[in-house]
Amino acid sequence: MNLDMLRPEICLAVTAVAVIAVDLFCRIKWLVNITSVAGLLASICMALLLIGNSEQSIGNGLFILDNYAIYFKLLFLGIALLVILASTDYVKRLPKLHGEFHALLLTATLGAMLTAAAHDIIAMLLSIELTAISLYALVAMLKNTKSNESAVKYILLGAVNSAVLLFGLALIFGFSGSTSFTTIAAAVSTIQVGNIADHAGLLFGLVLTLAGFAFKIAAVPFHMWAPDVYEGAPTPITLFLSTVSKIAGLSILMRFMLTAFIQTDSLINNLGIILAIVSALTMTAGNLIAITQHNIKRLLAYSSIAQSGYMLIVVAVAAIGLHSAASISNLLYYLVAFAIAEVAVFSVIIIASRNADMDDISDYAGLAKRSPLLACAMTLGLLSLMGLPPLAGFMGKFFVFSQAAQNGLLWLVLIAVVNSVISAYYYLKIVRTIWMDAPASADAVKTSLAPKLALLISCTGILLLGILPALLNKAAEWGSFLALWN
Amino acid sequence: MDIGLTHYLVLAVLLFGIGLYGALSRRHAIVILMCIELMLNAANIMLVAFSKYTAYHQFDGQALVMFCFVVAAAEVSVGLAIIITFYRRRKNIDIRDVNLLKW
Repeated sequence: MNLDMLRPEICLAVTAVAVIAVDLFCRIKWLVNITSVAGLLASICMALLLIGNSEQSIGNGLFILDNYAIYFKLLFLGIALLVILASTDYVKRLPKLHGEFHALLLTATLGAMLTAAAHDIIAMLLSIELTAISLYALVAMLKNTKSNESAVKYILLGAVNSAVLLFGLALIFGFSGSTSFTTIAAAVSTIQVGNIADHAGLLFGLVLTLAGFAFKIAAVPFHMWAPDVYEGAPTPITLFLSTVSKIAGLSILMRFMLTAFIQTDSLINNLGIILAIVSALTMTAGNLIAITQHNIKRLLAYSSIAQSGYMLIVVAVAAIGLHSAASISNLLYYLVAFAIAEVAVFSVIIIASRNADMDDISDYAGLAKRSPLLACAMTLGLLSLMGLPPLAGFMGKFFVFSQAAQNGLLWLVLIAVVNSVISAYYYLKIVRTIWMDAPASADAVKTSLAPKLALLISCTGILLLGILPALLNKAAEWGSFLALWN
Repeated sequence: MDIGLTHYLVLAVLLFGIGLYGALSRRHAIVILMCIELMLNAANIMLVAFSKYTAYHQFDGQALVMFCFVVAAAEVSVGLAIIITFYRRRKNIDIRDVNLLKW
């Protein structure tokens, strides 16, 4: 069973329980933060210690340990750590839910880590649901009308989605005869263009499953939930949804696709074209609707949908260029660049709304005169999301676009470049509001140490990865090794 | 007439269709949750039928059904909790009133 290879996950689960116990029996509230940060750091250390182990299956093939899984584990743990650091002031707005907030955040991270390592239908379903159910409760935590409404939308749509996903998985199980990804791949490999009618059940199952993943990453026909949920949720949870939850969906989409379709060239090429079209629609819809937004969280939600479109370019390239390791490493680079930029932008919003919501873009007028450092951090994050050199986001986009152009997706690259230009309009609109407009009050925005630390880490990351992309490139290349046939 | 795999599959697809139609067309949040349960149970029937009528790995499907019970129960309990807070605020659970956040 070698369950000891799941040490980071076990550590995180124990921490989640410990956080609830500390919250219950101890009156000192900051001890909860310390416990969860310590647990995350311990889990990061254990994940680092896993590096160098040979690829192996865990728990009779339920999970798998490969570089790809370890890379995502570290990414999720890092983002969760930054989210917890950034929200130390914000959680004071949830007075009685301090422990629950941290515990559920940890279980959601746990689910995401397991999702990236899942190699079996059962494990995959349970890990996805662990993240989703934790997030349903977290979205409702603010207890105002907006938060409540977004939670109702999220759980009803999310539950319909998990039913669709389960139905698809049941069909795949029935027509392939196993829950293991490897056996499913063998069954899928018998499908050819000529005999599609004989495999209608299996194909229908695959389509439903892919629709389920598309909901998770908010790709276009299934994106409508995202802006509503992002707007109403507590801001740290919005950050968590747009990074960890989305990246977890993307990681399992990539693994499932590359494992299950690896032997069927014709099928995966057609799938690649479909993914390319979905990607083009996703980025265009996200960017065009973002232009009209006044609420900053809603605007960032649409921007995050557009970013999903850019990420799907990589998935399409991986499908068309037949799972080249280079395209996976591009995705891994892009995801880190995207995540740290989101952390930088959202941390400023979290810091600014420590007492009451500061959701309107005009609330940030003249932020540069009130708190120049916060303004600099937010500007860096926005410019990196936009893809301006020499920031991390530029290198991410550069790698993705050049790879796509080399693999015959030039039309998609053209659409993506036009989209980047459109996105410059609304990102720069916020930057202009921050630097040019007159502030409503001259008071500096109060910050404590931990959120500043989160900002420092993310801004350093944005600059460092933009100037020295080789730093992360090595790690991304290392992480792009999937165990395909274990 | 013998009852075989096909009958179960037809039943499962019908149940799933009814559930999906209900989830998309009903306005009462509790009824929507019930329709989602129908969809989940359609998948469960399918899994058990496949386990019974196909030769290989019989217990994988049944094990998955057990896990699905737990997931469905967790999902519905969180869902009901959220709907109760919604009811306290609005005094009804008509999802046509979920209209604060749009575009």
